[in-house]
Amino acid sequence: MIHHDVIVVGGGLSGLRAAIEAKRAGVDVAILSQVHPGRSHSGQAQGGINAALGNHPDGLDDSWERHAFDTVKGGDFLVDQDCAVQMAKDAPGIIYEMDHWGCPFSRFDNGKIAQRPFGGAGFPRCCYGADKTGHYLLHTLVEQAYGLQIKMYVEQYVSRLIVHDGVCQGVVSYDMIHGGFEAFTANAVIIATGGAGRTYNNTTNSHISTGCGMFMAYYVGVPLKDMEFVQFHPTGLLTTQILMTEGARGEGGYLINGLGERLMERYVPKAMELAPRDITSRSIQTEINEGRGIDGKDYVHLDLRHLGAEKILERLPGIRDLAIHFEGVDPIEEPIPVTPVQHYWMGGIDTNVDGATVMPGLYAAGECACVSVHGANRLGGNSLLETIVFGRRAGAEVVRYLETLTDKRPDARTAFSAAQMMEQAVEELGAREGTEDVYKLRAEMTALMKDHFFLFRDEPTMKAGLEGLYSVKERVKNISLRWTGGVFNIDMIRTMEFEGMLDMALCVAEGAIVRQESRGAHFRTDFNTRDDANWLRHTLAYYDPDSPKPRLDYKPVTLGTFELQERKY
Amino acid sequence: MPDIKFRLKRQDPRDKKNPGPHWEEYTVHYEGENLTVLEGLFHIQEKFDGSLSFRYCCRASVCGSCAMYINGAYRLACQTNVKHLDTDLITVEPMPHLPLVKDMVVDMDEFFAKYEYVMPWLIRQSPAPEKEIIQSPKERKKIDMPVDCILCGSCYSACPSAWGEENYLGPAALLKAHRFEVDTRDEGGKERIARWNSERGVYRCHTIMNCVEACPKELNPTEGIQWLKRAAVRRKLFGKAK
Repeated sequence: MIHHDVIVVGGGLSGLRAAIEAKRAGVDVAILSQVHPGRSHSGQAQGGINAALGNHPDGLDDSWERHAFDTVKGGDFLVDQDCAVQMAKDAPGIIYEMDHWGCPFSRFDNGKIAQRPFGGAGFPRCCYGADKTGHYLLHTLVEQAYGLQIKMYVEQYVSRLIVHDGVCQGVVSYDMIHGGFEAFTANAVIIATGGAGRTYNNTTNSHISTGCGMFMAYYVGVPLKDMEFVQFHPTGLLTTQILMTEGARGEGGYLINGLGERLMERYVPKAMELAPRDITSRSIQTEINEGRGIDGKDYVHLDLRHLGAEKILERLPGIRDLAIHFEGVDPIEEPIPVTPVQHYWMGGIDTNVDGATVMPGLYAAGECACVSVHGANRLGGNSLLETIVFGRRAGAEVVRYLETLTDKRPDARTAFSAAQMMEQAVEELGAREGTEDVYKLRAEMTALMKDHFFLFRDEPTMKAGLEGLYSVKERVKNISLRWTGGVFNIDMIRTMEFEGMLDMALCVAEGAIVRQESRGAHFRTDFNTRDDANWLRHTLAYYDPDSPKPRLDYKPVTLGTFELQERKY
Repeated sequence: MPDIKFRLKRQDPRDKKNPGPHWEEYTVHYEGENLTVLEGLFHIQEKFDGSLSFRYCCRASVCGSCAMYINGAYRLACQTNVKHLDTDLITVEPMPHLPLVKDMVVDMDEFFAKYEYVMPWLIRQSPAPEKEIIQSPKERKKIDMPVDCILCGSCYSACPSAWGEENYLGPAALLKAHRFEVDTRDEGGKERIARWNSERGVYRCHTIMNCVEACPKELNPTEGIQWLKRAAVRRKLFGKAK
């Protein structure tokens, strides 16, 4: 058994920032990550990170109040307003800190950090480094983590939480390089494992975005909040679903339909391409559904040609490379074929503004958490911000929590038997007959999510989808493991994670069917307006060991700063 | 798309019965128009052999996980569309000259130890300003190339100087050193310089330029290393590196 005061699961932006905060306070902290931290999904973020710096000539009188308001309105008022205010207030400080740590932000002529317009924002407040902002921020924090000599256990697949007397005391992990399961004990665990985008078969997310941290927390009784709210990005590359940043539209790119029109004219003539993502994605999908995709097909064009080669090469070099490599299209010469795809998980582990969950010793930050600052729809540029703001806050909160503990020795027996139980579970999985192919079930589930819980939802479609998911859930009992031992056993990881992904899918599905309204990314054709009287509340999904179905509960949204209003752009 | 034959170099050094390298062939049938090598590997792992090991993450050429030796060249498996290889036989090997963990997975510990050794973080001596440190677009441009490194290890695996001298820091670590030395915000000074301005540092680079050829992000580590060599001389002569 290995012990650290604090264990951070996940080495993306949130996990790194949390670990840095704890380490700087003198706490013994270690990161466990499925991939080297520099390879985390955070690095795929492109467009930028919001903060009301007021550096842009058109945004001089921007303020944290305006940032918070845009966030709340963008989230269709399901946002906890005090949390959005906190995030907007923390934002400038963490941007300057990232600059002081070497983040290669792009610059304005006066040498200040460059900012660009982004969807749903009243001011150009999205700070960026070309179109590789996530990569730059991620590497900056990896560098800081090395500088601070933070212990990193790389290529560790954390498979369950250790809980003793209702307190989280560590994790069990599969060591991918050396093989075997091992218990890591800790006085506090911070989950920072990202979203569950891979439950959909059309996603911008990395292969490791399986929601593993969410389902680990779910299985020990921690509720997941607002899981029915899934963001679909308007512009994924047609054949690979790789992200084409909102920054492309922020820089002036057009969305063009099969008739050659700027399609947003029909829907949001004022904000045009810079409407929030939920609205833009639905607009594109409506064009496709009504036969106005390119050549009547299921995509539209993201046209950057009018920006000119110089601007594309300076501001959007990354998406140009991606379009060339993955779609065979040079955006300087041709428009890019794009289509809406799953992108971000608004829901997640229910936490407060400091990352604390209902379980003592268990914290969460970043996409796997739901604070909630994104409500029903996240604004572009707020996810990178969330990772660093709430990573830092969770790290600081854990330090405070440790100070309150009198007995700092995790229970060795519980930890030891947790690792044993994990090994046993894997052995049992390997010994099974195995009449079902886990990858077929996986393909079935991801297709069900795309076909039944996508941009436009209605009761009959969702019910059919739910039935399909429960059928998959039933058949999951008949999967087995072809190979249980060894090192870098990705067959085992992909099999183990599948059952959890399926439960995340069920939380989305059950939550979505019950919520009879349209709010942000959750749009129902059979209940197509927002219903504040009945549904201005957060969904909580609890794991029920006796039923395949999650138990749903609700809690109020924190209001009080901004008045409710109709969401118009 | 016709059936594609994948020829994979397999090896599990822990397998007592068969610890050596051997080749295995799989035929991947694909309906669509595009198939990346990474998708092919997933297909093989799912359908034919669950024991196949390889690294994967972003599948969008930014995480640096899946650098492999594919049809005789360093490539990211995710970025390589088989149709661009103009052949229906795809040969995939782990990156050579690195210790093997299993199949396509190589041991990157030494690679990251050398990365860490060059002190790859911004070092400041002056107190932090209240807002950002001012850096002009021209100054920012100097770090354009090195900040795009994804630490995939291709250059390090491809470098003959690193094959011959195990203590040589190699192109990726030195490019990272260059990234900070060239950054106008950095005040690392003597501390970091001693790390790369040494026998195991820049002078082991003989401008063979394999690293440039190997880099899947089309970066130029050799250029960065030569900049460092010149900076060392400038510092000696004028007391200033930049």
